[in-house]
Parts: sequence; structure tokens; C-alpha cells
Amino acid sequence: MNKIFSEISMDLKNEKTTCKALIDSYLQNIEKQKELNAFITVFDKEKLAKRAEQVDSKINSKSAGKLAGLVVAVKDAIVVKDERSTSGSRILENYISPYNATVIERLENEDAIIIGKANMDEFAMGSSNENSAYGNVLNPIDTSRVPGGSSGGSVVAVAADMSTVALGSETGGSVRLPASFCGVVGLKPTYGRISRYGLSAFASSFDQIGPIGNNVEDTALLTEVIAGLDSRDSTSANVPVPPFTDQITKGVKGLRIGIPKEYFGKGLDPEIESSIRSAMDKLSNDGAEIVDVSLPNTEYGIATYYILVTAEASSNLARYDGIRYTHRSREAKTIAETFVKSRSEAFGEEVKRRIMLGTYVLSAGYYEAYYKKAQKARTLIKRDFVDVFSNRIDCLLAPTSPTVAFKFGEKTKDPLSMYLSDVYTVNINIAGNPALSVPCGKNSENMPIGIQVIAKDFDEAMCFRVGHAIEKLV
Amino acid sequence: MSDKLFEPVMGLEVHCQLLTRTKAFCTCSAAYGGTPNSQTCPVCLGLPGALPVLNKQVVEFAIRMGLASHCVIAAESIFARKNYFYPDLPKGYQISQFDKPLCEHGWIEIEVGEATKRIGIKRIHLEEDAGKSIHDDAVTGGNATFIDLNRCGTPLIEIVSEPDFRSAAEVTAYLTKIRQIVQYLEICDGNMEEGSLRCDANISMRPVGAEKLGTKTELKNMNSFKAVERALAYEMARQAKVLREGGEIIQQTLLWDDNAGESRAMRSKEEAHDYRYFPEPDLVPLKVSKEWIESVSENLSELPQARRDRFVREYGIPKYDAEVLTLNKSLANYFEETLKFVKDAKLVSNWIMSEMMAVMKENKQEADQFIVTPKNLGRLLDLIVKGTISGKIAKNVFEEMCKEGADPNTIVKEKGLLQITNRDEIEKLVDKMLESNQSQLKEYLSGKEALFGHFVGQVMKLSQGKANPGMTNDILKEKLKKYA
Repeated sequence: MNKIFSEISMDLKNEKTTCKALIDSYLQNIEKQKELNAFITVFDKEKLAKRAEQVDSKINSKSAGKLAGLVVAVKDAIVVKDERSTSGSRILENYISPYNATVIERLENEDAIIIGKANMDEFAMGSSNENSAYGNVLNPIDTSRVPGGSSGGSVVAVAADMSTVALGSETGGSVRLPASFCGVVGLKPTYGRISRYGLSAFASSFDQIGPIGNNVEDTALLTEVIAGLDSRDSTSANVPVPPFTDQITKGVKGLRIGIPKEYFGKGLDPEIESSIRSAMDKLSNDGAEIVDVSLPNTEYGIATYYILVTAEASSNLARYDGIRYTHRSREAKTIAETFVKSRSEAFGEEVKRRIMLGTYVLSAGYYEAYYKKAQKARTLIKRDFVDVFSNRIDCLLAPTSPTVAFKFGEKTKDPLSMYLSDVYTVNINIAGNPALSVPCGKNSENMPIGIQVIAKDFDEAMCFRVGHAIEKLV
Repeated sequence: MSDKLFEPVMGLEVHCQLLTRTKAFCTCSAAYGGTPNSQTCPVCLGLPGALPVLNKQVVEFAIRMGLASHCVIAAESIFARKNYFYPDLPKGYQISQFDKPLCEHGWIEIEVGEATKRIGIKRIHLEEDAGKSIHDDAVTGGNATFIDLNRCGTPLIEIVSEPDFRSAAEVTAYLTKIRQIVQYLEICDGNMEEGSLRCDANISMRPVGAEKLGTKTELKNMNSFKAVERALAYEMARQAKVLREGGEIIQQTLLWDDNAGESRAMRSKEEAHDYRYFPEPDLVPLKVSKEWIESVSENLSELPQARRDRFVREYGIPKYDAEVLTLNKSLANYFEETLKFVKDAKLVSNWIMSEMMAVMKENKQEADQFIVTPKNLGRLLDLIVKGTISGKIAKNVFEEMCKEGADPNTIVKEKGLLQITNRDEIEKLVDKMLESNQSQLKEYLSGKEALFGHFVGQVMKLSQGKANPGMTNDILKEKLKKYA
């Protein structure tokens, strides 16, 4: 298929197809590509059929919402009422959510159909999707390679035509990185743009739900439906959501596009660099002004990020304690043992590593040296972006990742080299700005390359506009 | 209570459960006593993905207390997470405030004997309560602990004093004051036994005259005013004894066992929790505008001390009376309401403090639950003032009123209790009395003047208490003169 949703929507209205038929075809694709392991839970067939028929009858009676027939895969960290939500962890193996995330409500209000819960790195901690308790997700372009993480399942569902679009979540690049590895479009919205209510928390001051699509238009449409103020999330922003889809074709003529030099240094794969440079040339030919800029505190990003997110994670994951809805150890004889053994048995290695790191940096005597200092660094990194944009820059362009998708096992033995996969993404999460990763050609091994468009706070419209131009040019 | 050689230095942390309708960060009812776990939702259960949203009422209540204790209200304060594992703490952390609390640098004035003293308020911060673990075998059937999360997420303020207390009496006076203030502000019911007011104390001893503070211990689990007094006395004596014998105080947390009358070590300094406080990322900084503070301030009710002083000034009642009447808000309101129906403030004060408080105590009632309305009490006392009934009859009428809450005028009419103020009628009664008291009359006339009172009493008895006492006196005097 791989059609733009607006085309699918026309087909539905013109009775060339039905939601029922769409669901059946996606379910077949899921079944055929089971080895990709993109889903943790595919929803019950009958339930899906019923829902599809419901939407079909709404389409017939012309009372359907704007996402009628949009089939969505949802990262398992986002809760859907009465469905299992494991966050990729053994500790939540049997957890069924009694409520819907805000984004789910908004999707369903517009008659989208959720097809299932996508595989992910445990609690969104990982860059390769090798940390899921439910097995690795494979890259559909080359199954010996990782799809990227942590929203690997969501991205693969879109890339391998198992859903029209998907929702992932970002803390440090978890949508953009896999999107670039698998050749799809993924947005990290401005912090506060999309409600986090119902997204199981990794690092609350970083987490954002991120829309994923095969193209910029679908991604923009998905964003415009789920974004906006939510009274249930105190950190959600009261900023109007413009109709993004109306603005994507405006082109780049007259735009000033910044190229941050820190994103083109040591460690960047030369093939990626040349792809990005050639995209820049094309945009320049189309009338954009390309400007060299600097984000001087970039080098502190990874360290800052791993201190702050692990600190928040150590607290956010404390609720999984073996008392109420999580795995409880059978070996435990005391309360203390219940906590320790339940968590030791059911958390994966990477999650344990981050909880320990985070607990350490918040401990008495270390708080000032690590957490406090990292908060200061965060302020500096944010200031870099504010400064750059205050200088009449409309957006920045940079590679999404220093490499294309790597092979399974290549980085699992060295957590630090794995952490460096996020070197081009984390700073944007630290700063809170929006960024869209868009495919930017392929390398000599036919693996996709991603380019990211970074904009001012709440200027997702710019990301989509420039992203759409790249999509057309490349 | 303080030792001759050592004086205590104490500070108090008081937790007050706020009387908001809903919890601090979700819309669940904060009411006490519901079916276990019936007042819960994804937010207070700490389910994956749920997020807190601050209840504005909680902030307003805390600002009230802040203003009442002369604190500076922060324009911006920060919520923080206090991390620790406990089965009835579903999120594994409590949302609290740490380095930027809502209220700081205040004071509360206490009175001990004749002396008044200011106790510094270091800070007042907001936090959420944890749930309840139920270990009672009778409930759980043994070998299990049940968890009730209804209380989880209900709002608290923690009032932290400076280490300004030098005696247990000061602590008691302070706690009484805090309870009185929170009740006046209608932000907490102040019930220590039910745990809506809780207090922990930090205690150290130092040689009298010394500047340097001694090593402190923290005392927890004092569940009544009496328990606080006993626990402090115990701990002061214990520390003094250790110091006198040349020993050292170990910094530790002690749990008071009121039944055993002793404290037990709960944890030492080494075992102290590291709560790993950090700013709560799920909440934005709490901003309180000047306008908000002003509007809370304008609507702040008169505080007990101000009201007491006003009662003395405005109504001319003794300070002691004013103190008793302002002990709680409903009683003070009752007093002022009653005064709308009768002018004699001292009479009203006497009646409230004796007759009414006796009945209230027996029925364990507050003034606003009392069957006799201020209006009816006022009318009753007005009958005395106007001489319609005697004070003695009034007591009988009051007794009747306490049964059904009826209008005193109706009771007086129905029971024929109107005072006899007709001169002829009283004269007849006096004559009748003297006739049947001939021997006493002789004794009186021979100089035993003390019998006068007896004669008055006899007339009152004959009239069933209805004869106007003043007139009876006058008429009797006249009659006796004639015999002389």
C-alpha cells in the first residue's frame, strides 16, 4: 500500500475500499512479517472487525471524524483501556490499563483505529530495540540490523506496512533515531505540545509522545489531532495548534536554514554527511539561505542527558515495586525482599543500570556534583538554541544519527558506544525544541539515512514545511 | 520538668490534614472513612502514565495558615519528590516541597502563665499523605497486611517550627494554639487522636547558659496532647540522666509507646533515609500572585487571639471568659450570636461557661451542634434581665430547652413560670409564711437576724420560686419592721 492517508481517505469515501478491508490487509501483513516482532500485542481480530465496521458505517452516513480509517500502531508505553500495557518490561507482563491515554482518546474521537501495541525497548531505555523483554525488533530493510530504539516496533509497523501511522515516544531520540534507521518520518514535538497523560514515564521532563508516518503529511495530520493543552498533564502547554497539514507545501523559498557545525564533526559517517550536504544544496537551489551556526555546548549533551534522565527514571520506576499490579517475587519473605527480589527478577539489565545510576546521582553528597550541575548544563544547552533562533534562523538541519542502522549485538557489550548513537538527538530533548526526522536518501548498502529539521519551540509547522520540501527534493 | 543542670531545646514538626473536598493531585474524594480503596483513581494509585494536577484549594488553605502565622508567602515555590519504598506509598515517592516551600519565616505567639513568647515558624510546606497499612489480625485474618489507599494523596501541610521551645508547657501551648488556628481557619479539624493533626519533636539538652546545641533525637508517634507531654517529659529526663552520668546522646529517631510510657529506637543516624529529593518534573513551579494572597487575606477570618482581645474590649467580659469563649470558633460564634438577643454579655458568658458547656461536655457536642439555639438562649437570658423569671427558674427552663430545643417563652407560659411581681400577691405570701414561722419570727425579733434569709427562702418555696426576689426582700423588710 504505502499510500498517503489522504488518498486512503478518498478511497474510503468513494467506496473503493472499507476500513474492514484495510484492517484485514494490515493484519495479514502483521501475520506475514511476524519475524520482525513489531508488536507485543495485536488487538483481538473480532474487536478490530467490529470497530472497523463501526467506522465504515460512520463513513457511509458521512458522520465520520477526520482520521476515519487511519490505522495506528501504538507504542506499548502508551496505555489503551482494557489492553495490556507492558512498556516492554517483564515487570508489567500482566498489566491491563483501566484507562486511556489522552492521545488515544483524541485518536478515537476522530475515528482512528488502534491495531495493537508496538514493541519497544524496556521502559523506552535503548537505542536499538535490543532491550525489550519481548525480543528484538528487526529492521525490515535488512533483518540483520537493528531498527533503532526505543520506538522500534512503532517505526517498523509503519515501515513494513503493518499500520498507516504509529505513535512512539521520545526521551532522547527514540522516535527520530529508528525513523532514520528504517526510512520513515518521525516527530519529536516541543516539550509540552502533546499530553503525556497515559504515557508510562521514563524521564518526565524529557518524555514526549512522537507521531510516526510514511510521509510528512500523515505525520502532520496525526500531530494536529493529538497535540494541544490537556488539563490532566500540568506540563502540557496552552499554545494553539495550527492546522499543520495546510502549511506543509509552502516551500523553503526565503527561509534561513542554520547548519550547526557541531553536528558535522568527528564520528559522522562520510556517506551520511554527503547526503545531508546534497539535501542542503537542493534546498539552497529552491531559494533557502543556508547559514553556518554554532551550538557551543553540544558536547555536554550526552553527559547531561544521562544524569538527568536516569535520576528521573530512578524515581519514576519506583512504583513498579511488586506490591500492586507488577510482578511479585515468589521467593520474597519480607517487605524489603518483596521490593528487591521482585525488581531484580523482572527488570532488564539496562533498566537496572539506569536506576542505579539515577539513584546514585540523587544521593546525599552527590546531588550537587551531578544532578545540580547537569541542570545548569541543561540551561546552557537550551540557551544555545534560544540564541541561534533569536538570530533570524527559521530552522536547523542536521543528521539524525552519526551512522545508519547497525548490526545486532554490535554495541550491546559497550553501553557507552550505544549511548553515543543519540549524540545528535539528545540535545534537542534537553532543550525541548521540536525536531522532525525525514528520510534523506540511502547509503551504498541501501540503508536509509535520516535528516532532522529542528525548529523553535512550538514551531512544528516549520519542521513539517521544510521536511516536506526535503521529501519532494530527495 | 527541665533538669537543674540542663535545659531542653525543642523544635516541632506539625502535620495538618487539610479539609479539602478532593485530594491534593486528583479529583478523588478526600473524605475520611470510606470503604477501603473506594476513593482511588489512576493518579493516586500511581498507575503507569497517570499524572498529578494540583488542587488549588490546597494552596489556598496553606496560604491561610501562612498568613495566620505571619509567614512570607513565596511568589514561586517548587514541588519535590521525596523518594522511599513503602507498601502503602504507590508511586514510591511522596510529592512534597523541599528547598522552596510555599511559606517561610513566620511566627506564632504563645502564652505560658503570664508570659507571652514568639515561636518562630521556619516553613510551612505542602505535601500529600500516604495510604494506610492495616496489620490488625482481626481484619486481615492474620499473616497478611491489607492496604487502604483512600488516604493516599490527601493533602497535608507541614508546619516546621524553629527550635524555640524550652519546656513541655511551651510545646503544649503551641500545639493548642496551632489546633485553635487551623480550626478557626477551617482548614483542618485538629483531631490528634484521629491523626488529622500529627506532631514530631526534635529534642536536645544543653547545660543551662550554654550556647551550643546538644545532640538531638527525633520523637515520633505522639497521638494526643497528653502523649506529647508524657513523651517529652520522658525524653528530657532520659537525656538529662545520660548527660549527668557523663554519657553521650545518640542521634536517632525514637518511637513513643504511650501505653508502655517509654520510647523505642526506630532508626539511627546511619540508618536514616536518604530521600533523594529532587524537583517534581510532573508539576510546574507553583506561582502565587499578589492578588491571590490579598484575596485570601481579605477573606481570612479573625484569629482566636484577636477575637479574644476584641471580646474583652467590646463586651467588657473578663480576659479569662474571653479566652474560654474563643477556644473554638463555633463557641465564639455562639456567644456573639446570643448577644444579638440579650444585652448583658457577662450574663451570657456565665451561662455559656457553666450551664451550656456542662451539657455540651456530657453530650460531646460542639456549640454549633447544640440543641438550644443562640436565639433561644438569648431570649431566655433576656427574661432574667427583664425580671420576667428568676435565675433559678431560668435554670429549670434551660433544662427543658435542652430536651426539645423549645422557645423559652413557650415553656414559661405553658408551665406557668412567670415571675410574681404583683405586690399584693407577694404580701399575701409573706404573711402566710410568717404565720407558719412564729417561733422563728420570735427568734429574729430577739436579735437572730440571720434568719432573714430563711424567711426569703420560705417565700420562694411557697411561690414555687416565682416570687420576684427583690420585691420579696423589700416587702419582708417592711413587714418585719412593723413587728419590731
